[in-house]
Amino acid sequence: MSKLKRQLLAGPYILWMAGFILLPIAMVLYYAFTTTSGSFTFLNVTSITFSVHLKALALSLKLALLCTIICLVLSYPLAMILNHMKTKSQGFIVFIFILPMWMNFMLRILAWRMLLSNNGIINSLLGTLGLPAIDILNTPTAVVFCMVYDFLPFMILPIYNAMTRIQTDIIEAAKDLGAGNITIFFKITVPLTMSGVISGIIMVFVPALTSFAISDLLGGGKVLLIGNVIEQAFMQEYNWNLGSGLSFVLMIFVIASMALMNSRGDDQGAGVL
Amino acid sequence: MIRKSAERVYLFLIFLFLYLPIGVLIVLSFNNSKSKVVWGGFTLNWYKKLFSNSAVMEAFYTTIFISLASAAIATLLGVLAALGIDAMKKHGQAVMLGATNIPLLNADIVTGISMMLLFVRFTRLGMNTVLIAHITFNIPYVILNVLPKLKQSSHTAYEAALDLGATPLYAFRKIVWPQILPGVLSGFLMAMTMSLDDFSVTYFTKGAGINTLSTIIYTEMRKGIRPEMYALSTILFLIAFILLLFMNFGPTARKEIQL
Amino acid sequence: MKKKLLCVLAILMLFCFFSGCGQKNSSNTLIVLNYGKYIDPEILEIFEEETGIKVEYEEYITPENMYTKYKAGAIDYDLICTSDYMIEKLIQENEVSELNYENIPLVENLEQTYFDFSKSFDPENKYTLPYFFGTVGILYNKEIVDESKVNSWDILWDEDYSGQIIMADSVRDSFMVAQKRLGFSLNTTDEAELRAAQKLLIQQKPLVYSYLVDEAQDEIVAENAAMAVVYSGEAGYALEFNDKLAFTVPKEGSNMWIDCWFIPQRAKHTENAEKFLNFLCRKDIAMMNFEYVYYATPNTQVKDALDPKLQENPTIFPPTEILENCEVLKSLDDEATMKYNLYWKEIKSAD
Repeated sequence: MSKLKRQLLAGPYILWMAGFILLPIAMVLYYAFTTTSGSFTFLNVTSITFSVHLKALALSLKLALLCTIICLVLSYPLAMILNHMKTKSQGFIVFIFILPMWMNFMLRILAWRMLLSNNGIINSLLGTLGLPAIDILNTPTAVVFCMVYDFLPFMILPIYNAMTRIQTDIIEAAKDLGAGNITIFFKITVPLTMSGVISGIIMVFVPALTSFAISDLLGGGKVLLIGNVIEQAFMQEYNWNLGSGLSFVLMIFVIASMALMNSRGDDQGAGVL
Repeated sequence: MIRKSAERVYLFLIFLFLYLPIGVLIVLSFNNSKSKVVWGGFTLNWYKKLFSNSAVMEAFYTTIFISLASAAIATLLGVLAALGIDAMKKHGQAVMLGATNIPLLNADIVTGISMMLLFVRFTRLGMNTVLIAHITFNIPYVILNVLPKLKQSSHTAYEAALDLGATPLYAFRKIVWPQILPGVLSGFLMAMTMSLDDFSVTYFTKGAGINTLSTIIYTEMRKGIRPEMYALSTILFLIAFILLLFMNFGPTARKEIQL
Repeated sequence: MKKKLLCVLAILMLFCFFSGCGQKNSSNTLIVLNYGKYIDPEILEIFEEETGIKVEYEEYITPENMYTKYKAGAIDYDLICTSDYMIEKLIQENEVSELNYENIPLVENLEQTYFDFSKSFDPENKYTLPYFFGTVGILYNKEIVDESKVNSWDILWDEDYSGQIIMADSVRDSFMVAQKRLGFSLNTTDEAELRAAQKLLIQQKPLVYSYLVDEAQDEIVAENAAMAVVYSGEAGYALEFNDKLAFTVPKEGSNMWIDCWFIPQRAKHTENAEKFLNFLCRKDIAMMNFEYVYYATPNTQVKDALDPKLQENPTIFPPTEILENCEVLKSLDDEATMKYNLYWKEIKSAD
């Protein structure tokens, strides 16, 4: 097959992409910049500056950052430990840590809701131990908890993958040259796993920033994230223009934060997953 | 020594964090009491109730159908696209890959909403719309898995085969295909996983009476939690366990599948 | 290779489209949109068996949610059940078809009183068929809540019950509580009154355990919270599961609502919809449905067959003196609706 002919194989995909990726985004843009009657406006996009929307965005950012940091702090040592294990058991251990990811997203939320409820397992355990109960269900804390639980594997995997790719020779060489463990960690391990860390951060931060289901089900209607505002604009208020305007802002926000992250490290993108 | 045990403890704690909720769900699914704390004896009642709940069972079949069909179609389109992209010049490749990344990096909610806006404008929401949406967000996973394998595969062998008189199809089957097969497989699996786990996109694109497990659990949870859901969790967990076990340690996959 | 692949692709696509279309386009279906937990699912199965009509059943949580789903126009619903003020809005927008009562002979089972009630939004009873009705009140746990205080909405602002209160996660219902406490009308569009109600709700937020609709009753039964603002029927249902619970409609008054079925303009299967409505009015079916939903039914055949004690249960069948103290929600114009939505969002995002 000639090169040109082979290029044609991408044809169906290009059509598909135009129809179902670019066109839908164009629709969002159209709604974002028009009023209900169809005339041009900036109001939907600028409505992000309404205090209620800004508040929701700020809260989303805060929770997403918190979730990302917790995931990173938990995952990095875990990936190191996994990487140091004997190769035989490694596969199995990794398997153990990604298995929960295969359970339905909603069921993982359900599990936490049940554990955290006022009369749930955790509180009755605390009760029998004579400790005070924790009331975190229906608070932002519960939302972060569940986000960490949901997205942790997305952080573990890329970091772990990046670590397994570090050649032991390099570390051996460094040791021979007299580098201590700390130096090796900061001069070799960290820089070489940076790409994994960055894809991990992206894969945790984006869904955490834009989630609406978790806050809906664990926030008791008291935690309003930007995702909830958008969902409500579409599903409750029948204000698609506003919803699209805010979606557009969110899209820009995500792209900007991603560009920021990517400029800090190797361009690894989602390829690590 | 101390370090070893500290590592063990750490692993165990994370393990507990990941599995405690699932463990509790499994135990409760056999609990003969509606309470979340009191053990009321062993029962299989919730399982019976689950299987007689036609809405949940239908959602289960829909989920399987959607994930298999969307992964299959996405794999087909994705493999073709990867072959095409591989043959493109550098500039073309960059453009294509950039576009491929959009649905990957875009927020689920925006993907779902943008699709909904499109569908609402031009057609009715139904099973098709969910399927199309799933295929769309699945294709990139396939491309990103197949393309690196294509890049690694040797072009010279393929060209040599052509020179020796093999038809392009034959040369493809004998030379290129075996080399990209692991990528195709892992792309397919990843697509299936993403489709199985999706909530947001389905939520916005589904038609009346069509539910996947994610959306039906969401509506059920907003009506109050019933123990049948625990039973469902247990079953899904077991399925995932067996599937993953098979993929990780089964004959075909081995190291190739990383997710 | 290419040809083969294309063939496979084509076949796969066809397969998918057929499997999708097969369900959608067959003429003998009925697309129903209803509140969550608002029909016995078994009834749908019986209906499918008896008539051979396939029911595509969809649920929603709040009337606003229903309005969006309908207005999106992406699904042609044949039959929708929703509340008074939302129906009024849709009638004003010319979205509702007239019912042909000749095709729903069993409508005679429904008590005339309720048709009179519906006249507030459907003046000639042309469009709607009453389904269930009730009030909004407080479902509470007698062991925790001081019964001498529970007869007033004030208790929902009582700091003694911080973290024990469940509010309704629905704009109009939540505003109703504050409006009644302040002595305003439920349908006020006055800026100052709305702001005052909003202020009260923001004040209340720290005390609130969660904002819920359908799950509220569940949480009270499970004793995760002490009191909740719920619809009367929900309360009646909850009382069956936990003896410690009771229900009251506060003295300041409340909202009396009536949920009705209607056939929207865009319905494609009007005949099936009428069959379904008639089916719902049938005594045995209405009875089954009542036992599942547990709201006050306008079906006299069902009510008369009930245990007299149940007939007089004030939780399920609100007595007239309570109903007289209640107000019906009216539909608001777009501007007022936007205002309510924005204020509600501000409450939800308040600290």
